[in-house]
Amino acid sequence: MGKQVLLIEDEENIAEAIRFILSRDGWQVAHLAEGRGAALKAAELMPDVVILDHMLPGASGLDILAELRARPATAHLPVLMLTAKGQPRDREAAERAGADRFLAKPFANADILAEVRALAAGEAGAA
Amino acid sequence: MPFNLLVLACLAYVIFLFSVAFLVERRAGQGQLGWLRSPLVYTLSLSIYCTAWTFYGAVGYAARSGLEFLTIYLGPTLVFIGWWWLLRKLVRIGRRHRVTSIADLISSRFGKSNSLGVVATLMAVVAATPYIALQLQSVVLSFGVFASATPDGFTPPDAAQTAIWVAAGLALFTVIFGTRNLDAKEQHHGIVTAIAVEAVVKLVALVAVGIFVVWGLAGGIGPMLERIDASPLAGWTLQPGRWTGLLFLSGAAVICLPRMFQVMVVENADEGHLSRASWAFPAYMLAMSLFIVPIAVMGLERLPADANPDMFVLTLPLSEGQGALAMLAFLGGFSSATSMVIVEAIALATMVSNHIVMPAWLRLRPAAAMAGDLRGLVLNARRISIAAVMAMGYGYHSLSGGSAALAAIGLIAFVGVAQFLPAMIGGIFWRGATRSGAMAGLLTGFFTWAYALFLPSFGPDAMLPASLLAEGPAGIGWLRPQALFGVEGMDPLIHALFWSLMLNGTAFFVVSVLTFPGPVERLQGAAFVNVFGDQPGSPRRWSEGEAEPEQLLVMAQRLLGEDAAQALFETAARAQGKTETLLPDPTPEFLSELEQRLSGSVGAATAHAMVSQVVGWATVSVEDLMAVASESAQRMEYSAQLEAQREELARTAGALREANEKLTRLSVQKDAFLSQISHELRTPMTSIRAFSEILTEGDLPPEMVARNGRIIHEETKRLTRLLDDLLDLSVLESGKVSLSLGLANLREMIDRAIQAAEQVKPERGFTFHRDLAAENLFLRTDADRLTQVFINLISNARKYCDAASPEIRINVRIRGGRVVVDVIDNGRGIPKEAQSTIFEKFTRLPNEARAKGAGLGLAICREIVANLGGSIAYLPGQGGAAFRVILPLRLERKAA
Amino acid sequence: MRRPRRPMFLGRIPYRRRRLRDAARLLPVFGAFLFILPALWSPPGQGQRLLSGDVVYFFIAWAILVLVAAAFAPGLSAAEDEEEDD
Repeated sequence: MGKQVLLIEDEENIAEAIRFILSRDGWQVAHLAEGRGAALKAAELMPDVVILDHMLPGASGLDILAELRARPATAHLPVLMLTAKGQPRDREAAERAGADRFLAKPFANADILAEVRALAAGEAGAA
Repeated sequence: MPFNLLVLACLAYVIFLFSVAFLVERRAGQGQLGWLRSPLVYTLSLSIYCTAWTFYGAVGYAARSGLEFLTIYLGPTLVFIGWWWLLRKLVRIGRRHRVTSIADLISSRFGKSNSLGVVATLMAVVAATPYIALQLQSVVLSFGVFASATPDGFTPPDAAQTAIWVAAGLALFTVIFGTRNLDAKEQHHGIVTAIAVEAVVKLVALVAVGIFVVWGLAGGIGPMLERIDASPLAGWTLQPGRWTGLLFLSGAAVICLPRMFQVMVVENADEGHLSRASWAFPAYMLAMSLFIVPIAVMGLERLPADANPDMFVLTLPLSEGQGALAMLAFLGGFSSATSMVIVEAIALATMVSNHIVMPAWLRLRPAAAMAGDLRGLVLNARRISIAAVMAMGYGYHSLSGGSAALAAIGLIAFVGVAQFLPAMIGGIFWRGATRSGAMAGLLTGFFTWAYALFLPSFGPDAMLPASLLAEGPAGIGWLRPQALFGVEGMDPLIHALFWSLMLNGTAFFVVSVLTFPGPVERLQGAAFVNVFGDQPGSPRRWSEGEAEPEQLLVMAQRLLGEDAAQALFETAARAQGKTETLLPDPTPEFLSELEQRLSGSVGAATAHAMVSQVVGWATVSVEDLMAVASESAQRMEYSAQLEAQREELARTAGALREANEKLTRLSVQKDAFLSQISHELRTPMTSIRAFSEILTEGDLPPEMVARNGRIIHEETKRLTRLLDDLLDLSVLESGKVSLSLGLANLREMIDRAIQAAEQVKPERGFTFHRDLAAENLFLRTDADRLTQVFINLISNARKYCDAASPEIRINVRIRGGRVVVDVIDNGRGIPKEAQSTIFEKFTRLPNEARAKGAGLGLAICREIVANLGGSIAYLPGQGGAAFRVILPLRLERKAA
Repeated sequence: MRRPRRPMFLGRIPYRRRRLRDAARLLPVFGAFLFILPALWSPPGQGQRLLSGDVVYFFIAWAILVLVAAAFAPGLSAAEDEEEDD
């Protein structure tokens, strides 16, 4: 059984692209289109990697991240943060909130694959 | 004269009045009243004092009691030439406190007490009913005269049937023109003008008959005077007690009669008119009275002894073969009766609806202040009250058999309304008058009047048993209705007048002195008594409340109508220095102002209760009062200039604060702007990049290739749209946009917009409420740009309206040379905290599920409308999301 | 409550207005006297006085009051906006 990714992303097309890229590499992808209930879902699935968009309807990515980190069960889940606001400030905010990796949109397909693989392999703290 | 011709003449006359009232209402609606609000019209409208009782009854009165009839006009003359004492103050108070009726004046003065309002209303209705019956009676009699007096006449119509037709017709006329506006301060221009026309008709008619009698029958002034001395009237003796009593009584009645209060105070358009009326109205009464004695003398001389002197004005010309003159006289009498009944009915109906129906309704359904259509309720209450008042008048007429002499009924009603005098005069000149005092006085006076005059007037054994009249209740002699306290041999009318006012005044004074007024009473008392004094603002009745301005607006809209309420709120918001929003802060000043406006619609007591319901029952304590008093004393130390400067400063500070807040917000937004743009651009680019990479890797099944290609295509279109919007916005913002101005039909633009917006959520079936007639107007504007605005607004409504059966209402109105278009849906609306920012770029509502588009739509709308010389704003309190676009009717090209 | 200060003496025009107001206040009192006066006369119709005389008296007195009130009215309404002196 392949490893599992939880993808939280509101843009349908982007979600579809990521799902395609990852599933081709043997990942199971669970997708959520909004921020509400995302932390609960993560606790339920306990995926190997969480991919989290920064701007979501319902709740911001940073809020979800904070919620994940606040629960003991999900505190150590590896999280890859996606953002379309490629300013350094946003990156800092994401890292302060506890994101393990950070990727600015638009990204190369190879990059996201590499980031997910690295996170799953336990290189979380290495960045 | 054939009966049909008579009825036809009446109908033609009524239709003429109808057209006058209608045309004036229309001009009033267009705001061009001009001379229709002149002192002349005001003076003429006061002439409803001269009812059919004057027109027919005065001659009968003169034939029976000589010159005594003059007192009825001399008393009011004294009151009017002495306007500086009393009327001036009454009118000023009425205008400042938006008084709607005499009952409202008393209720408002004594702490907005509704129980006083109810008592005063009931008294007015009881006293006025016989008076209305009297008018019906006179019309019926005059019909009868024509029936019997002419050889080619007709069988006399059934009196009861005539009365019922007259009553029904008058009720209809009154309902149509008397209940169009809600705010009594908006006034009934149509009716007032119709009354003024009737005043001219009755004066001309009476003077014409008089001239005919003096010069046509008697042969000039000299012979006329000789005939007067030779007539039975010469034996008349002046009874000093009755003479003085009647002078006083008529003077009191002219200010206490509900209909006189209505035209004099409520319908007063300008205080300056009063000074003209102060002599012109006495002059009018003089002209009306001038020929009464000659007509009476000639009638007694020429007509058979059994002729009814009340009808001399008609029978004299008829017997002399002057059919046309008689017709004119008939119309004059008809005018006098109709104008009185119409105004009386309006005045009484206002009281009944404001003091009885509305409070009862609010008590039964406390939530009604916020829900339900109160305007409709109030207007319907008035309509029903008008019908009920007429029905009571008719009932009294048929009950009394319509036999009593006209003058007797009129004077009985006068004594009844005179019971208002102590509470009214005491209320506006004496701060010590209290509510309990007023209540005690009114009730005492009213019961004395009913016991000593009104009930006995029906005759022995009709209402009161004959034994009671002769021996007193249970044989107690000093309680005999017409000889109270053993005072015997007095004229019954003067006896009742004396005792009722005496007991009324005493009870009022003694109870006032013994009781302690509540805080609101003291405030109102000071405001009324010192109406001419320096008033530091309006007295403060509200502490800074926790009221939601939006709730207040919703309530105000239900009563004042949307336009008036919004204008009121907007003005208040501007005065507080707020330029962005319609909603002012609920400051004490604003609450007082709002309450005053509402009281113009529903009376002071109800308005107070309704505002309290929203604000919370803030009770004012005596300590608060003292604080207010010392505050106002301190404030009076300021010079007027300093005061003005302070207000100016406060306004500027308010504007500055708002500007500062806006700047702060804007700078945050400016920062956010780049990152927003970045986000909006990067999102579609992400999809494009990812899928194009996937495509270049090859070895995909063909349907996947097609799908990926389509996604890339969609996202590119989205990018293009975004860039287009941004460019559009920057051009609009820079003001360098080129408009293609031309005449365009608003309805067509809206049609096009509705059609174009259909592609948004096409599965949702929207119901549109439009007023196609109002929309059918031509604007000089840029049609494509304006349509773009409508498309945007309607698409937004389609996108976000979450109602189960979604509706969009489009209202179009013209206001002050500008066209106002409201687009309103029935969804959840926009939360208050978001209302101020929705027009900014990239603003989307919080919690908005998957909003497509970059949040530029409303920003573009705002810029377009600004370029078209108009404005767009969010309209709170409409039950759903509502946007108001205001545009000039004709946009001129800006000078380059 | 303290009242704002007022000058003790007034200029000519305000002074005239004040007196006009006094006259306007007195007018109804004078009128009442005129209208009640006949009650003090001996009753008509007993030879010495005629009813026509009474009629003429009342209408002339009435007309005079109307004319005087008309003469007062313009001056009074112009003065209306000023502060009260009562």
